[in-house]
Amino acid sequence: MERVFKNFKKYRYLLFELTKKNIKLKYRRSYLGIFWTLLEPILTTIVLTLVFTKFRGNSDVSFPVYILTGRLLYAFFAGSTKMAMKSIRSNSGMIKKVYVPKYIYPLSNVLSTYITFLISLVVLFAAMFIFKIYPSKYIFNMVIPLLQLLILSLGVGLILATLAVFFRDMEYLWGVALMMIMYTSAIFYDAAKVGSQWIFKYNPIYHIIVNFRNSVFGSPLDMEALLISTIYSFASLFIGVLVFYKKQDKFILNI
Amino acid sequence: MSKEVIKVNNLGMRFNLMEKKVDNFKEYAIKFLKREIRYQEFWALKDISFSVNEGERLGILGLNGAGKSTLLKIIAGVLKPSEGSILTKGKIVPLLELGAGFDGQYTGAENIYLYGAVLGYPKDFINEKYDEIVEFSELKDFINVPVKNYSSGMKARLGFSIATVMDPDVLILDEVLSVGDAKFRKKSEKRILDLFDKGVTVLFVSHSVEQVRRICNTAVILDKGELVAHGPVDEICDLYNEKYIEEVKAKAKKKKKKKKKDPASEDK
Repeated sequence: MERVFKNFKKYRYLLFELTKKNIKLKYRRSYLGIFWTLLEPILTTIVLTLVFTKFRGNSDVSFPVYILTGRLLYAFFAGSTKMAMKSIRSNSGMIKKVYVPKYIYPLSNVLSTYITFLISLVVLFAAMFIFKIYPSKYIFNMVIPLLQLLILSLGVGLILATLAVFFRDMEYLWGVALMMIMYTSAIFYDAAKVGSQWIFKYNPIYHIIVNFRNSVFGSPLDMEALLISTIYSFASLFIGVLVFYKKQDKFILNI
Repeated sequence: MSKEVIKVNNLGMRFNLMEKKVDNFKEYAIKFLKREIRYQEFWALKDISFSVNEGERLGILGLNGAGKSTLLKIIAGVLKPSEGSILTKGKIVPLLELGAGFDGQYTGAENIYLYGAVLGYPKDFINEKYDEIVEFSELKDFINVPVKNYSSGMKARLGFSIATVMDPDVLILDEVLSVGDAKFRKKSEKRILDLFDKGVTVLFVSHSVEQVRRICNTAVILDKGELVAHGPVDEICDLYNEKYIEEVKAKAKKKKKKKKKDPASEDK
């Protein structure tokens, strides 16, 4: 344990460099650069709002904020887990030559996505003011679902990174799984209006979004959702760390 | 002077060769059900023991497939040995071939920091060495250009400069001492010799016996995963020449003779 800690201290600058690299390169050579972090959620929210208010007849004025809260969180989860999954293989050149603690790669990918995600929350706050949803004292509660989301993504990312080394198919399978998670996360509809409630029970993202929305719209945290998402996030991190450590010495034979 | 930097004890490396590479669920499931997942054991290294002292320059000789690169990977910490143990002290820096590990979209300057971080150096240290690296690589005018636009010689120069300027304790050279043009090659050989004076330990793999003779002071011969000989460089190089090179040459001669007899195979 102590050795792991020492090693982390030695390589923390590498973690910082890799995280910086991911952020820097994401928008390099695009004209608007980092502004895309803000522009992308604005544009997709406009599209979704148009689709669901004009075509489906949803008349709620705060609907864009509702969509935005769900979509931002889901987009982070999808993006970070996908990047973490591919991180071992895309850095195979390095891993085969120089020793570095391998968890640095998925970790840096999740962290860099998290940082751009936090920046994109600016859009959410702007939308809140535009649609007159003023923050209450509960707004500070949002730290909890945001932390859970980070832990969950890291855990799932580690599990996927390990699996993807041994089975390439994971990359396609996960795309399908993500679609299922998206449709069962109540991003652009109201969960209460759906018949089968059980489907939400098993989706950790849904519970995290519920509590995030509660904080944004000014109500206290939902205790049941809090419990479920806490269990999910710590369980995934535990399993993720376990399988990653058990299998990491075999990575090099498979990449 | 005789401080041990690397100590290798009864090292063995086993690979499980699957008869066919399986990397997707479908194939794996089918093979698993048919009980067709067979492994073929292959020992790339067997019962290797030796130690390297500080300042020693060890040449590793062997034909293709003798296990040289596997040994270096284990010493670099990239591969875990299946058997035996290995102890290393100090900073081990492998010199990668042609800038493997650079990020193409990153500029030369950014890559210096990235690469330094990969080797485990803190930022202050890289800051300190930055100018020296740029100067030695002769890339001053191109340092803010993305590395993907570099020529292969430029990449190699940058990689060499980073690895050697950062004062490693152990330098691993895997057939890379032929970078750049003649001028840079001379400069890099001089740089390596300077490092020798500082007492750096070198592990050097090359197929050129002459180069090993010039650079190393001790050598080992690996043959099919086994350590056959270990001793002073001249002795070992002579042995290697005698045992392996001559053998290969003799075989080549035989082949030539055969070819002459059989003109049909000449146009192959």
